[in-house]
Amino acid sequence: MIQIHCPYCGETLPELEFAYAGEAHIDRPESPSAQTDEEWAEFLFMRQNVKGPHFERWRHLHGCGRFFNAVRNTITDRFYITYKAGEPRPDLATLLEEDNK
Amino acid sequence: MSTYRVRGKGRVDASKPIVFTFDGKPYTGLKGDTVASALLSHGVHLMGRSFKYHRPRGAIAAGSEEPNALIGTRRSAGRFEPNTRATVQEIWEGLETNSQNKFPSLKWDVGAVNDAAYMMFSAGFYYKTFMWPRSFWDKVYEPFIRAAAGLGVSPTEHDPDTYASRNLYCDLLIVGAGPAGIAAAREAAGKGLSVVLVDENAEMGGSILSEPQAKIEGKTSWDWLSDELADLKAAGVKLMTRTTAIGYYHENLIALVEKLTDHLPTLPADTPRERMWRVRAKQVVLAQGALEKPLVFHGNDRPGVMLAGSAQTYLHRYGVKVGNSPVVVTSHDSAWYAAFDLQDAGAYVQAIVDTRAQVRQDLQAEARSRGIPVKLSHTVTATGGRLRVNNVRVNPLSGTNVGAGQWIKCDALLMSGGWTPSLHLFSHTKGSLAWDDDLTTFLPKDTPEDCVITGASRGLWGTEAALRDGATRVGEALAKLGVEATATEYTVADDRTGSGVMMRELPTDRSPGKAKAFVDYQNDVTAKDLRLAVREGMRSIEHVKRYTTNGMATDQGKMSNINGLNIAADALGKKQPQVGLTTFRPPYTPTTFGAFAGYHRGEHFEVVRKTQIDAWAETQGAVFEPVGQWRRARYFPKAGETMDQAVTRECAATRASVGIFDASTLGKIEVVGPDAAEFVNRMYTNPFLKLAPGKCRYGLLLGDDGFIRDDGVIARVDENRFHVTTTTGGAARVLNMMEDYLQTEWPDLNVWLTSTTEQWSTVALNGPNAAKLLAPFVEGIELTEEAFPHMSCVNCTVAGYPARLWRVSFTGEVGFEINVAAPYGRDLWEKLWEAGQQYDITPYGTETMHVLRAEKGYIIVGQDTDGTVTPADAGMDWAVGKKKDDFVGMRGLKRPDLVAENRKQLVGLLTEDNSWLEEGAQIVFDPKQPVPMTMRGHVTSSYNQGTTGRPIALAVIEGGHSKMGETVYIPMPDRTIAAKITGTVFYDPENSRLKI
Repeated sequence: MIQIHCPYCGETLPELEFAYAGEAHIDRPESPSAQTDEEWAEFLFMRQNVKGPHFERWRHLHGCGRFFNAVRNTITDRFYITYKAGEPRPDLATLLEEDNK
Repeated sequence: MSTYRVRGKGRVDASKPIVFTFDGKPYTGLKGDTVASALLSHGVHLMGRSFKYHRPRGAIAAGSEEPNALIGTRRSAGRFEPNTRATVQEIWEGLETNSQNKFPSLKWDVGAVNDAAYMMFSAGFYYKTFMWPRSFWDKVYEPFIRAAAGLGVSPTEHDPDTYASRNLYCDLLIVGAGPAGIAAAREAAGKGLSVVLVDENAEMGGSILSEPQAKIEGKTSWDWLSDELADLKAAGVKLMTRTTAIGYYHENLIALVEKLTDHLPTLPADTPRERMWRVRAKQVVLAQGALEKPLVFHGNDRPGVMLAGSAQTYLHRYGVKVGNSPVVVTSHDSAWYAAFDLQDAGAYVQAIVDTRAQVRQDLQAEARSRGIPVKLSHTVTATGGRLRVNNVRVNPLSGTNVGAGQWIKCDALLMSGGWTPSLHLFSHTKGSLAWDDDLTTFLPKDTPEDCVITGASRGLWGTEAALRDGATRVGEALAKLGVEATATEYTVADDRTGSGVMMRELPTDRSPGKAKAFVDYQNDVTAKDLRLAVREGMRSIEHVKRYTTNGMATDQGKMSNINGLNIAADALGKKQPQVGLTTFRPPYTPTTFGAFAGYHRGEHFEVVRKTQIDAWAETQGAVFEPVGQWRRARYFPKAGETMDQAVTRECAATRASVGIFDASTLGKIEVVGPDAAEFVNRMYTNPFLKLAPGKCRYGLLLGDDGFIRDDGVIARVDENRFHVTTTTGGAARVLNMMEDYLQTEWPDLNVWLTSTTEQWSTVALNGPNAAKLLAPFVEGIELTEEAFPHMSCVNCTVAGYPARLWRVSFTGEVGFEINVAAPYGRDLWEKLWEAGQQYDITPYGTETMHVLRAEKGYIIVGQDTDGTVTPADAGMDWAVGKKKDDFVGMRGLKRPDLVAENRKQLVGLLTEDNSWLEEGAQIVFDPKQPVPMTMRGHVTSSYNQGTTGRPIALAVIEGGHSKMGETVYIPMPDRTIAAKITGTVFYDPENSRLKI
């Protein structure tokens, strides 16, 4: 079982407390009605399905209840970072470099 | 004294005889014996039949890697376990054991005919043999496979034992208490760390238990061992025996299974049989040792053929000679010591047969001094004996030529093909392996986990090397824990080290096609099968494994994987690392379901949520059904009533006078804050901004894809407070979805969401007399059409309790839902119940609730919708706000597929012959079309017990809304039912009954 750092609680806790919530940094468009069918389908359905480092959302369901973002390697399940919702997307190259140290 | 017991040898207690039975016959062993060692002490080698060919088999090993000697162990009714390894099960007075895979008896077994039909059962036989004729499948092949399948027999009774689970956090976990593990523990002990040392055996010590001749630090190895274990215990190290590390999971989570009672003659009270430990260790040391490899030759599975190292263990640990006149065949030095020790214990070793031309001079000299004949550059090509080996055919080798064979009589054949480092747990960590050409085996390389591996697990040989390595390697783990290591240098005298060469099948002068040279004993896979698999096109080791089933038995290929790889690599003409090893997976040894289930069984398997009124329903004899995790009353039968009769009565009583219903399980979410109205308005399809406080409104919740997710009544309690209800099963999902939008899409909204499902008891009263019954209890509002119309809510007092009273209806009758603080629910209910007697008040359950709502065409999300239904499909466009800027799903509703013609739409169905339809039945337009017919929809709800006097059904049908009055057909196995499409409201379409 992996352990996940909740950026709100500041604690590293067992995976059982958390729920996966899909790919991160997909913003619901400001005015959905202005979206074309293609744009809306893209927002609803298209996902990266990454093999490797993946930007994704988790919810500390059985803790503080907050949604947050993470970069996890989908092959090794290694978490490079977790950060609060709304914070900018971290630079992947920098993350991987730091992880290699 | 049993015939094969050696006085003065072993760690068993000669003063404590223990009687147990094997296949009904009593045997006497000694305290400390396993079933295998006790049987061997009586010269019993035959312990089972093999899985596929039913060949007679005996114990080949002395530990948990044993593939052959699987037995059923029985303590009492329910306490029966199949497939127990006889080499692990300790004996106790009265233990009953039985051999497996035999009929009628172990010595005479009918299934052994499979052995003669050997050619039929070669690699991939499942795929080939049962292909044709097709008609044979049902009558012949499947019954045959089912009868033959499965190892052992399943227990037939409920397991009365209990199983525990525990969490453990520690600094250092050491797996394996052999020399390397003990030396590692020694370095870590007494340094303020929490250290845990585990071993799967009853005694700690590992190989030291089988090597009493060694002198460690000037003491005999056994004295050193007991002193050391006592010291470790005194220093606070947690020592756990009979505890197997079954799996190594992410971030140093190791699962341990501790066996607590399987070795005890009487069960202590209140003690679980096994305990699963989930250990989160900061650092881990793997010291699992090595497993000896069998040699692969014709007849290498006959009872009496055994690993040489295991024979050593039987001699030194249990004081048992596995034979009086053994032959040793080996390609490794270690087996020579088995020959010497057995000879010294009074056996007459008939020969040491070594495939190598060159063997260490000191070993040869020791053999000579004992008078043991030595045959270098020799191979074994066959064994003889029906139920026990009684001779062995030995041939000289010169280069690749195999000379003439000579039979040597013997009563045991001890073999060694060298040793394989035990890398199971290391591989669970996704640790990488590196092929070592000198040792011709895989060695551990890198692991992503905080773990070090030491001792024989990384190819080291001998007690001294293991001790020193354990003391050194643990330093890496200790450094990460901030502790300095000393790396004690151990000195061992009379240590036994050695080397050997890797052999594939032993060279033979016989036709290899006819050889029964076993690689996987438990699954009966031979070298020939592996080569056949390669010839038939299997290239990947994973395919070879699955095609032949090599390594797929319950022993997980502990003995067979490396031999299988060596042979497959040779057949493929590749080097082993290019072929690769199959994946090791947890658990390391077979593990009981009980250990995994732990406390989660019976009533504790899943949480059962009960309302405050549940106990009342129970006293009334309600029949319950699970809804999500809730237990809900389904109906309240009177004596002798069927469900249909009860539901018919409950429906009629509610429509005639008043029914009382426990609605407490409805999901409830309190939405509070200055932006609460804006939030609810954005989440739900209906307009909520202008809903006045004191009013309720039905709400539909969509996903952004436009499909219905949930529904419920929403009350505006005051300006900034909404009481949202959800479906019983959808509460958590809806709250999660709301939180998601609130936290991540609209963090600017000032709103708090709180689950209040269990804070309220909700009692629903429905029927023409509901208001009359309720009115005397209510303070603060008059229950009249004018003062408190349909879809109103008010904070008031009911029966003296502060309440949120709603006037809503899910039945089409005048209805009230009374929400009071949960603990008051039962009292409120009973007061209404008592007062309701004058109106013949009737309690009803979920079944009646379903019928009454269906008669009114009210949908149940998840029953009449399936995640592909839009509000328009459900005929509920009226619930979608037309003037809203946005709500979740608004844009989705305009997607091309959702506005397309001919979507499946919710309609009513009335059968022409008044018969009842099956829910889920498929609907066609033309019943005469050829099969397979084009399916146009299905029945979603169907009831027979209602108040309309005839069965009614709801269905989704293509273009249904424009097909009113048309006839569709529901083909069933015995007939085709015709039904007319109608609207969804079957009762009181004018809603006249909603008026007080």
